[in-house]
Amino acid sequence: MDACRLAAHDLACRRGDRLLFAQLSFALESGGALQLAGSNGIGKSSLIRILAGLLEPFAGSVERTGALGLIDERPALDPHLPLGQALSLWAEIDGLGFLARENCADRLGLAELLEVPVRYLSTGQKKRAALARLIGQQAPIWLLDEPLNGLDSKGIGLVEELTAEHCRAGGIVVIASHQPFALSGLARLELRNFAA
Amino acid sequence: MSLFLTLLRRDLAQLLLGGRRGGALLPVLFFLAVAMLFPFAVGPDAPVLARTGGGVIWVAALLAAILPLDRLIEPDLELGMFDQWALRGISEEWLVAVRVLAHWLSFGPPLMLAALPASALVGIDGPTLRLVELGLLVGTPGLAALGVLVAAITAGLRGGAALGGLLAIPLAVPLLVFGAGSLAPGGETGLALTAAFSLVLLAMTPFAAGAAIRSGRG
Repeated sequence: MDACRLAAHDLACRRGDRLLFAQLSFALESGGALQLAGSNGIGKSSLIRILAGLLEPFAGSVERTGALGLIDERPALDPHLPLGQALSLWAEIDGLGFLARENCADRLGLAELLEVPVRYLSTGQKKRAALARLIGQQAPIWLLDEPLNGLDSKGIGLVEELTAEHCRAGGIVVIASHQPFALSGLARLELRNFAA
Repeated sequence: MSLFLTLLRRDLAQLLLGGRRGGALLPVLFFLAVAMLFPFAVGPDAPVLARTGGGVIWVAALLAAILPLDRLIEPDLELGMFDQWALRGISEEWLVAVRVLAHWLSFGPPLMLAALPASALVGIDGPTLRLVELGLLVGTPGLAALGVLVAAITAGLRGGAALGGLLAIPLAVPLLVFGAGSLAPGGETGLALTAAFSLVLLAMTPFAAGAAIRSGRG
């Protein structure tokens, strides 16, 4: 994997008339992992969206080398399509071969579900599907917004395993979660320390 | 190129089949229903029907094009599709251009086909039918662009679907005036003006709708 970098310089985020956080800085190099921790509403998801370039920061800037992959609460899969077809849209966009698609689905334990329409899947199964899309994308920087929501203990173990592999391969992982996340070398950033 | 085809195929499948939301058949049936009801309301006076029929077909086409407004942009925003595309460096302008094409393909040609039985129902003659078809050919791309533009602006708003219809109708008036006007004696230049207005909408929509989608994020 190519060298990648993600750095935030003096970020501030305002939602409505409320300043959520300010003066927030960090830098991650290849292989780095960071957990954004804090209670609900403190701005974890907003920070993820700022890092993804989907939300303009109120102040500060984000510096990034390498492509981004994002998991959030929306699966980005067409609800009425069978899971296999919904995933293959992204596989085609990401230029993924047939074998690689099978591998991604197998890895997340989705092989049995490929014929099932996405709207019939449970929250946890949709999360697994979104993770299959993420590993198929092969982006060096992963932004995971509450990646453990809805997953059972086996699923949680799987996400921890996938992120560990990704870091070992030289990728960057940023996890926004209020749950404990087991990953060696995972730095922790308490958002309340930057609350304005 | 393959990305273009992938996205076009997906957009078309969404709009034609669209899950359980009616699909592309609904605008066509609506269009035919209006053409069928019109003679009942006006009465079986052939000259009156023939004189007004072309205009009715235009009004029906405009209203049929507005029907699928709420599933043009909003579902993909809710699903987070646009965010995932943005992460992959695919611009909103480009996505909107593909969607305009898909939207047009899903209702333009079907309406032009449906205009054949509709013209029989309202009793317009061959030369007028030719003008109606030509007018629809140059006018429906503009209607498609306008539909996507309004859908992008109203996506995510409460009551966006109703508001979208209200916004689209006045903006479509020039298309209607020139398109239906081309049917009047000596009104053939209306076709050129319809085409011109269509082109303006087609050129403007990717940028305006793209900006609307971006500013709707947050």
